[in-house]
Amino acid sequence: MVEIWFAIAVVMIGGYVVLDGFDFGAGALHLFVARNDTERRQVLAAIGPYWDGNEVWLLASGGVLFLAFPKVLASGLSGFYFAIFLVLWALILRGIAIEFRSHVEAPLWRAAWDAVFGVVSLALPLLFGAALGNLVRGVPLSSDGWFTLALFTDFSARPPVGILDWYTIAAGAFAVVAIVAHGATFLVWKTDAAVQARSRRAAITLYAMVAILWPLLTLATWFVNRPMLTAAVSRPLSLLALLVAVAGLAAVAAGLRRHRELMSFAGSAAFILGILAATAASIFPVMLRAIPDEALSLTAYNASAGPGSLRAGMWWWPAGFALALVYLATLFALHRGKAAAARQGEGY
Amino acid sequence: MSDPLLWHRLQFAFTIVYHYLFPQLTMGLALIIVVMKTMGRRSGNPRWDDAARFWIRIFGINFAMGVVTGVPMEFQFGTNWARFSEFAGGIIGQTLAMEGIFAFFLESSFLGLLVFGERRLSARAHYLTSIALFVGSWLSAYFIVCTNAFMQHPVGYEIGANGTLQLVSLRAFLFSPWALAQYAHTMVAAVVTGAFVVTAVGAYYALQRVHLEQAARFLRVGVVTGAIASLMSAFPTGDLQAKLVARYQPVALAAMEGRFESGPMAGIVLIGQPNLREERLDNPIVVPGFLSFLAYGTFHSNVRGLKAFPRDTWPDNIELLYYSFHVMAGLGTLFILIMGVAGLLEWRRRLLEQRGMLWVLMLAFPFPYIANTAGWMTAELGRQPWLVYGLMRTADGASPTVHSGTVLFTLIGFTGLYFVLGLLFLFLVSREIAHGPVPLDAGGPIHAAPGGVSHG
Repeated sequence: MVEIWFAIAVVMIGGYVVLDGFDFGAGALHLFVARNDTERRQVLAAIGPYWDGNEVWLLASGGVLFLAFPKVLASGLSGFYFAIFLVLWALILRGIAIEFRSHVEAPLWRAAWDAVFGVVSLALPLLFGAALGNLVRGVPLSSDGWFTLALFTDFSARPPVGILDWYTIAAGAFAVVAIVAHGATFLVWKTDAAVQARSRRAAITLYAMVAILWPLLTLATWFVNRPMLTAAVSRPLSLLALLVAVAGLAAVAAGLRRHRELMSFAGSAAFILGILAATAASIFPVMLRAIPDEALSLTAYNASAGPGSLRAGMWWWPAGFALALVYLATLFALHRGKAAAARQGEGY
Repeated sequence: MSDPLLWHRLQFAFTIVYHYLFPQLTMGLALIIVVMKTMGRRSGNPRWDDAARFWIRIFGINFAMGVVTGVPMEFQFGTNWARFSEFAGGIIGQTLAMEGIFAFFLESSFLGLLVFGERRLSARAHYLTSIALFVGSWLSAYFIVCTNAFMQHPVGYEIGANGTLQLVSLRAFLFSPWALAQYAHTMVAAVVTGAFVVTAVGAYYALQRVHLEQAARFLRVGVVTGAIASLMSAFPTGDLQAKLVARYQPVALAAMEGRFESGPMAGIVLIGQPNLREERLDNPIVVPGFLSFLAYGTFHSNVRGLKAFPRDTWPDNIELLYYSFHVMAGLGTLFILIMGVAGLLEWRRRLLEQRGMLWVLMLAFPFPYIANTAGWMTAELGRQPWLVYGLMRTADGASPTVHSGTVLFTLIGFTGLYFVLGLLFLFLVSREIAHGPVPLDAGGPIHAAPGGVSHG
């Protein structure tokens, strides 16, 4: 039962990264690939119908952690207190930027919100990537399962650690490149003409960087979490996930070369899901790794809610998840084809 | 200053009060929009669709504010109330996750279609979309109220071996009597806000002599829903809620009424100031016997006063609780009066001529917001000193590793950010109101009218 909920949490977080990832990426890129108001509105028309629903995956992931692993949620969110509020404020600005931009036609109003949207769309993957880096590196959990971290210390990745050090910044930087690349493949799929051409060039460059940075980050991980890398190559599930990631990367390359737009986007999604799943499979059952004493780690077993809660959740979660997928499919079906800039006042 | 608890409480209180300014309107409007779209389909009169479209745009702006200010709420359980999250997560995590899965996915998927999809969708599909938003927002409220109801009156749990709460009965938790009563009261109160806002805009147009046909429509819909909802917020929903408080939180009831001594024929306090030092109510005006009757059904029922309870179970801010409750109840009574008079005038078809009454209706819209806020303050202050009633004290629920300066910093951050958001919100909503309810293909988009020239 605990294993199932661990898997559900990974699915929800993976869904969040892939879905909100494409609109983060598109948001970070739109200042560069869309150069006038019509082009900007084409990008916004492409992500507008989805962004809010995509963000719900974050809330639903939080909800799943809350109900199944309350101690992990409590310790993690309070320990990363300051970073969490940076994320929350960035999410507020981002939602306001995309929702309020189209209400006023004045060029300055729009340019200002475009800038806000671009900057926070870039900052969020950096913060989320650094967060993942923290989970891999570990945090100084006390024996009763709490911790607190400064935003940074001496950037050395050795205790006393901060939220930001060379490893977590590297993880954040990789996340930025990967998420922006992901957004580029989405724009290639959903836009046409000049925006598509520029997005395609961006996707090629960025995915080339991903292919170089991924092994480098893996190498860096050797210095902060050796057991995880050993597990990654010895556990069948993580090997399978790595295979999916590599296949995804190949699909991106093939899709971009042969102008198979959906293929490159799907490949990009598979790549992201693959590395996340491989990470999860190789750290399982650890959810919040403790350093220097790994025995203090919060795991799926010692930090889960009671069996009553986990069983009760199984009654409704599958139905709710199926419904969410139906809504998502409905949205993609309704908005199939290329996104066109909406008439003034009738879209994002 | 050095005790983080105060700052944790202030930050949560501030962010939740600010957040709830928006959902109370969207939940009320969601119902009114469905009513308008239904009338449009019944009558075939496209002006109903214009009315609905206008309110959908207001709904959209409010909804966006509700979404962005709502996201921090879910996270603050973990960031600021980590011990509480660890203790109760196995229970309230259920409803918070359900809200995401069942309500937010529904709302977020269909909001764009409701706001921007009128041309893309058939009339029938657009109508169904408005119903989807209504269902989504009212479902979302249920899960949140259910979460709060557990904190007010925990049911369906047991205390596990590690000292945290474990779910025993999902059904008992989801359908607790407290949740049902509190939900009914909360939703009716949200409709009161929606109705007063729709009425106020109608009154504004009528007084300005613009959009006169829509002004009459807004007034009719607003006054009729407002009259029904104002009545229902007192009876049966408010009454039901009060009886539950009397039964399960008698010490909170005593504090709400500033009642220190016990006894039968307990009176309901209209005016008075609780005096904690002397343990009495100063300068009271009381209707004798009514509290006994409302709380327990007979005038002779004994209503216990604060002194009958151990001091460490008294709510920790009795004055604020007392005044919140009386502000809510007083305003609630006023709403019945205002909407009753307006309803009578509307029934006689004379409301549009009564400029004095229109002025009252135009200026009355902030008061339901105050009443809703005061109502939630009554519920939350009455719950004190408990975080989960009888099980965990508020003082034991905060995050163990977060310092007071850190919370103060984020509280100041929220204050600044929310101030700016508030300005943006007022700017955009006033543009929409200035633009007014115009037909789909007439008058052009709002952006064609810089400065918000009205098309009346």
